[in-house]
Amino acid sequence: MSEINTFRPAGLGYRIFNINKTYLPMITTIIVFLIMYSFACLSHPMFFSLRVFVNFLISNSFMGIIAMGMTFVIISGGIDLSVGSMVGFISIFSAYLITNLEIHPLSAILICLLFGAAFGYFQGFLIDRFGFAPFICTLAGLFFLRGSAYVVSLESIAINHPTVDAITAFAIPLSQKISLPFTALVYLIVFLIMLILAGFSTFGRNVYAIGDNENSAILMGIPVSSTKRKIYMLSGICSSLGGIVYALYTFSGYALAGSGLELDVIAAVVIGGTMLTGGIGFPVGTFVGVLIMGVIQTFITFQGNLSSWWTKIMIGSLLFVFILLQNIFSKTAHK
Amino acid sequence: MCATPLLIMKNISKSFPGVKALEGVDFTLQSGEIHCLMGENGAGKSTLIKLLTGVYRISEGEMLLSGKPIHPRSPLDAQNMSISTVYQEVNLLPNQSVAENICIGRVPRKFGLLDRKSMIRKAKEILEWMNIDIDVTQPVSNYSLAIQQMVSIARALDIKSKILILDEPTSSLDTEEVEQLFKLMRKLKDEGMGIIFITHFLDQVYEISEKITVLRNGKLVGEYTTENLPRLKLISKMIGKEFTSEHVKKEFRNTDSNPVLINMEKGSVANKIEEYDIKIRKGEVYGLAGLLGSGRTELARSLFGLDRLTTGELWINDEPHKGIRPIEAIRNGMGFCPEDRKEEAIIPDLSISENLVLALQSRKGVFNKIKESEIKEIVNHYIDALSIKATGPEQKISTLSGGNQQKVILARWLAVNPSLLILDEPTRGIDIGAKSEVMQMIKVLSKKEISILFISSELEEVTAVSDRIAILKDRRIIGEQKGNSVTERNILNKIAEVPTL
Repeated sequence: MSEINTFRPAGLGYRIFNINKTYLPMITTIIVFLIMYSFACLSHPMFFSLRVFVNFLISNSFMGIIAMGMTFVIISGGIDLSVGSMVGFISIFSAYLITNLEIHPLSAILICLLFGAAFGYFQGFLIDRFGFAPFICTLAGLFFLRGSAYVVSLESIAINHPTVDAITAFAIPLSQKISLPFTALVYLIVFLIMLILAGFSTFGRNVYAIGDNENSAILMGIPVSSTKRKIYMLSGICSSLGGIVYALYTFSGYALAGSGLELDVIAAVVIGGTMLTGGIGFPVGTFVGVLIMGVIQTFITFQGNLSSWWTKIMIGSLLFVFILLQNIFSKTAHK
Repeated sequence: MCATPLLIMKNISKSFPGVKALEGVDFTLQSGEIHCLMGENGAGKSTLIKLLTGVYRISEGEMLLSGKPIHPRSPLDAQNMSISTVYQEVNLLPNQSVAENICIGRVPRKFGLLDRKSMIRKAKEILEWMNIDIDVTQPVSNYSLAIQQMVSIARALDIKSKILILDEPTSSLDTEEVEQLFKLMRKLKDEGMGIIFITHFLDQVYEISEKITVLRNGKLVGEYTTENLPRLKLISKMIGKEFTSEHVKKEFRNTDSNPVLINMEKGSVANKIEEYDIKIRKGEVYGLAGLLGSGRTELARSLFGLDRLTTGELWINDEPHKGIRPIEAIRNGMGFCPEDRKEEAIIPDLSISENLVLALQSRKGVFNKIKESEIKEIVNHYIDALSIKATGPEQKISTLSGGNQQKVILARWLAVNPSLLILDEPTRGIDIGAKSEVMQMIKVLSKKEISILFISSELEEVTAVSDRIAILKDRRIIGEQKGNSVTERNILNKIAEVPTL
C-alpha cells in the first residue's frame, strides 16, 4: 500500500548538472563575467587589482542601484522606461532644492525619495487599475519627467553645501590607498536589501509568482494588484536614489542627466539573466550584469586605441547572445 | 442512524440573463465518497461547481456544509471553507519550485523573513503523505503533467480540505499517470475526504466512483449507485434517450467501391488522439460518433494538419503527405469548418463577401488577387445557392444569425471546390430550420463527389447522413460501421462495451 513513488525532474539543467534550471541564466552570466574578466586580466595585468574592481562599483553605482529596482519590474513581467528621466529630474530637482531653495540636503534627499516613490506608485496604479501596458505607461512617465526636469532649470545647477561635502567624503578604507566611497556603499547596501527582498520576503515571492503566471497567482490568492503597485514604487525609489547619488557624485544637477540610461539598465538586467518573460531572475545576476558592462567599458578604456562606441557594439552583441539563450531556456522549460 | 452528509446542495437554481442554467438540482456528497458528476455539454456540471466554489452565486436553493449553511463568495472564500478545486488546466507557477507552489501565500516566517527551510520541510511532508518523493526545490515545470496535478492537489490538501473537486483532471494524463492519481484519490477517500470527480471517460467513472449524479440541460436526472447503473443506462440518461424505437433508415448507399481519397495509416497526436487508421472514399459521408471528449475534433484536426502528427502517414489520392500542414491540406482540396464558429471560423468585422473568398484567395496566393467582378459573381452565386439571408454581400458577418454564418463558412470552402470537407459540429447553435438545411446540403454535396467528414454530438444527425461511421471513445477509434448498421443503438452499444484487456 504505502509504496513510495520517486520522480526525477525532466529539465535540461537537472539532466546535465543536477541543478535547478531557473539558475541557469544567472550561472551563464557569471561564467561569461569570469571569462571576460580573465581575458581582460591576461591582456592588461593592471586589470587584476582591487582599485579597478572598486572602480567598477563606483562608476556604475547609480546604474546598479536603478538596475536593482528594474530587476523586480522585469521579474514581474513588466518594464519601467521612466528611470533614466527620473535620474535627470531628481538630479536637477535636488540641486534646485539645495542650492536655490536652500533646503537642508538631508531633507532634500527625503523629499526626492518620497517623490520617486509616489511617482512610481502612480505608474503602478495606472498599470494595475486600468490595465495600461507598462511599456506605454512608463514611456509617458519618461517624457513627463524629462520635460519637468527642464521646467525646473534649463541650466545645470551646482551643489555647494558642507553636508554634501561630508556625505561624499565618507568612505570605508579597504587598503592604504583604496577606499570604498559612499556611491559604492549605497549601491552595496541597496544590493543587500534587494537580495533579502527577493528571496525572503512575501513581497518578493509574490513578484515572482505574478511574473510566472499572473492568472495562477490570482487563483492562489496572491494580492496581485497591491504587489504590482509596490513593484513600480520600488523602481521609483531606486531610480530617484540613483538620481540623488548622481547629483551628489557630480556636485551638480543637470536636466539632461541619465538620458538613455533606462536602456543601459534594461540591458544590464537582461545580461544578468533575468527573463523578459517574467518569473525568473535574481539580484545577484543583475549585480554581475552591471559588472560585465563595467568590464567592457574599462577594457576599452585600457585598450586605448578603440573608440568608446565599441562599448555599445559589445553590449549589443552580448544582449543578442543572452536573448538567444533565454529563448532556448524557455523552450526547454516547455519540454 | 445516518451521519450528516458532508455537503448538501438543495434545490439549486441559477439563472443568467435569458437562460436558466440550473433548475432545482439536488446534490449530496458523503465524506469518504468519490462522486462522479456526469452530463454532456451544457448539462450544468460546471455551473454547479462554480456555485460551490463561489465563482457564481446561487439564485435559489441552499448549500449545507456538514449541516451548516454556506455562501461562498469567491474561490478563496470557498478554500477557507475547506472546499478546494483542482482544474483541468494546471494552475501553478511553472518556474517556481514545487515547495513554493505548495506553500506560497502561507509560508512560515522567522524574524519577519520567510523561513524557506520549514517551507521545504512542510512541502516534503505533504508529498510524503501522498507517497510521492520528488525534489521539491526544483521548478514545477520540470515534472510531468501528472506530477503537476499532484502538486496542485498537495496545495489543496495543505488548506485542510474536506471537499476536493477534481474538474476533468485526467484529460491530459496518460494511463499510468491516471493510475497514480486514482491511487491518491483512494487514499484521500479513506481519510474521509469527499471527492467530486468530473470526467468524460466512462471507464474511469466505473473504476473509481461509488455514486453518480447525472445532469442534463440544467436539470437533475438522478443520483445512482455506480454498480447498479449499467453503462448503457448511464449514456442514455446523459443524452436523454431510451432507445426503444429506431428511426426509419435512409436509403443505403454502398460506397465500398468508390476510390479511396484520404487514407491515414497509424496516425496519432500525443495526448490528443491515439493511433488510428481511417479511409475516406470519394463522395462518401463519413461520420465520427462519440461522446464529448472522445477525440472527434482531435482526429479531424490531425487530418487537416492543425495538430502535427506524432506518428502516422497520410495518403491523399494515393500520394503520401508526411507531416501535413493546413496550407498543404487546403492545396490538396481539404476544407475545415471548425467547431467553434465564432473563434476559429468567422472574421466578425469583415463582410460576407470578404469572409467568403478567404479560402479561395489563400489558395491562389497573396499576389494573385481575385478580380472584383469575379468575387461578386462567386458571392452572389453562393448567397443564392445556399439561400443565405442577408441584406447584401457587404453586410458584416457578425450581424448574421448563427445558421447563416455557418452557411457563409460552408460557402467559403465550397468556393475552392474541395474534395474533402471536414464539418466539425456544423449544426451547433443554429435553429432547427437551418439544421435541416445544413443536413440537406451535406447530402447534395456528397452526390457531387465531394467527400465529407461529419462530426456532431447529436447521434441522430450522424446516423441520418453518414454512409460510414467511426465510433470513438477515450481518444481511440473503437469500431467502424457502414450502411444499414449505422444506427444509434449500435453506436451506443459499442461505446458502452466494457473494454477487454
